[in-house]
Amino acid sequence: MEQTNSEFKQDGAPTSQDWARQLHHATRASREDWFGRGISYLCIGVIILVVASMLWFITSKGMATFTQNHVNLWQFLSGTNWAPDQGHIGALPMIVGSFAVTFAAALVATPFAVGTAIFMTEIAPNKGRKFLQPVIELLVGIPSVVYGFIGLAVVVPFMRHLVGGSGFGIISATFVLFVMVLPTITTMTVDSLRSVPRFYKEASLALGATRWQTVSKVILRAATPGILTAIIFGMARAFGEALAVQMVIGNAAVMPKNLISPAATLTSQLTTGIGDTIDGTLPSNALWSLALILLLMSLFFNALVRLIAKRGQLSHER
Amino acid sequence: MGIAAISMLLVGCGKATSSTSSSKSSSAALSGKVTAVGSTALQPLAAKAGSQFTSKNSKVNLTVQGGGSGTGLSQVQSGAVSIGDSDIFAEEKAGIKADTLTDHKVAVVGMGPVVNKDAGVKNLKMSQLKQIFTGKITNWKMVGGKDQKIVIINRAQGSGTRATFENAVLKGATAVKSQEQDSNGAVQKIVATTPGAVSYLAFSYFTNKLQALSVDNVTPTDNNVETNKWKIWSYEHMYTKGKPDKATAAFLNYMSSKDVQNSLVKDMGYISIHDMKVTKDAKGVVTNN
Repeated sequence: MEQTNSEFKQDGAPTSQDWARQLHHATRASREDWFGRGISYLCIGVIILVVASMLWFITSKGMATFTQNHVNLWQFLSGTNWAPDQGHIGALPMIVGSFAVTFAAALVATPFAVGTAIFMTEIAPNKGRKFLQPVIELLVGIPSVVYGFIGLAVVVPFMRHLVGGSGFGIISATFVLFVMVLPTITTMTVDSLRSVPRFYKEASLALGATRWQTVSKVILRAATPGILTAIIFGMARAFGEALAVQMVIGNAAVMPKNLISPAATLTSQLTTGIGDTIDGTLPSNALWSLALILLLMSLFFNALVRLIAKRGQLSHER
Repeated sequence: MGIAAISMLLVGCGKATSSTSSSKSSSAALSGKVTAVGSTALQPLAAKAGSQFTSKNSKVNLTVQGGGSGTGLSQVQSGAVSIGDSDIFAEEKAGIKADTLTDHKVAVVGMGPVVNKDAGVKNLKMSQLKQIFTGKITNWKMVGGKDQKIVIINRAQGSGTRATFENAVLKGATAVKSQEQDSNGAVQKIVATTPGAVSYLAFSYFTNKLQALSVDNVTPTDNNVETNKWKIWSYEHMYTKGKPDKATAAFLNYMSSKDVQNSLVKDMGYISIHDMKVTKDAKGVVTNN
């Protein structure tokens, strides 16, 4: 407004031509507006291009196993013999291995994470914020190779003494992943506990419920969608973790018979095998197919999170 | 364009990367860019020789990267790099058109079986070794060792070291499914700490923390490799596509020169190609020189 006014003053009394010019030309403010919008569209465009080309790249590479090498999709998903050099592409051992370590890690980590989160929000919020928060955040920042190294140097020998065998296997991987997904699940659970409306708690206490009854019956119940989301995020991290798992699981592409025998996951097979394959051959395409499964699974985890968020919102409004 | 960038990123995800580039000024006429990618077994030698080479030819920009023999062969075949480092003959790798590549053998690597010290075994027959890796012998006491379950640590399928070992020991038989590790270093560490573990390593990775085995009473030494008394060995290859450019050719010459072969190669635990008294071809046939 100011700007248009000043321009009028320079020109003296505005003629109808001036009016037309003013109305037809962009002001500085609207040019800035376009510029800002253009920049954010450009950024979005680049990101969409990267994501789309990655999706396309992995999908086309991963599908080559089935389109070029004519491997039966069902054989790929249900076969148990993984020897790409000899033409056997059965990915079930890795699929089972990935799911086993993921569920086991989530199962072990969830009680600890929820317990920690309750402590940090309801039992001792001050200590929680001062002491536990930094500890949990530190755990997030440790690179996965360090977790793997600790796993190799400490967890594997420990498991060897405890249960025998070589020490490499699903149980060692579970232990390492447990520590890795713990901070993810804890921090997100803390957020969801904190976002429970205050009056839920006040109403519960006013009705004569004890603190523990309030926590377990009201707050945890109200935060359930958020906690489920936290668990799924933790599982997504466990499912996608490559390096740390590869170092402790033993990388044997066989169906896991028990928790202490060496196994393999989709990610560990990828990191172990990728350097020794030739582009365009079956062993390489087979690895891309494993990558495609990983991609589809992470899409699935994302969809699940959205679904839960939606359901949670609905129950909140009721 | 995005796709090209991503594939470059993926290629860049090779394991270890070390690069040597020159900065000193000199009057050398030789210039250009040489990239050698592939075998992690050859990588330390190539990197060290590379830095010596660039200190003499400062206008040459030379980069040495790991990534694995498969990566090296496919990258040089597609023309993405000037040299593809490999532990195995290009002919042995499916998907590589060997006739489009030129082989330059720059060193020899001896490999041998290693076991955890607690296994109580120091010598095996070749047939016993084969039976262990095909899963027929499962306890060390069956070959004169302690009552200890055998834990087989293999290298990844497609690894050059594994291919060499299986060619010499299994001779076409299929190895039993077992643990797989993706590097010599990981194998070395795991065999040293896991009771009953057996694997195979390049001579340069032997340490006193593990027991290197004799096979048929032949000890794994450089001298025995040179005469083929010790059967488990391979060439370290540097492949080029067609005729190498000037800088690449000069570097390959330097690699096979006495400067490198008589000092650096030996210092770093490889065997000089000049010392070999036999020649092995891509089919594994050995002839006396």
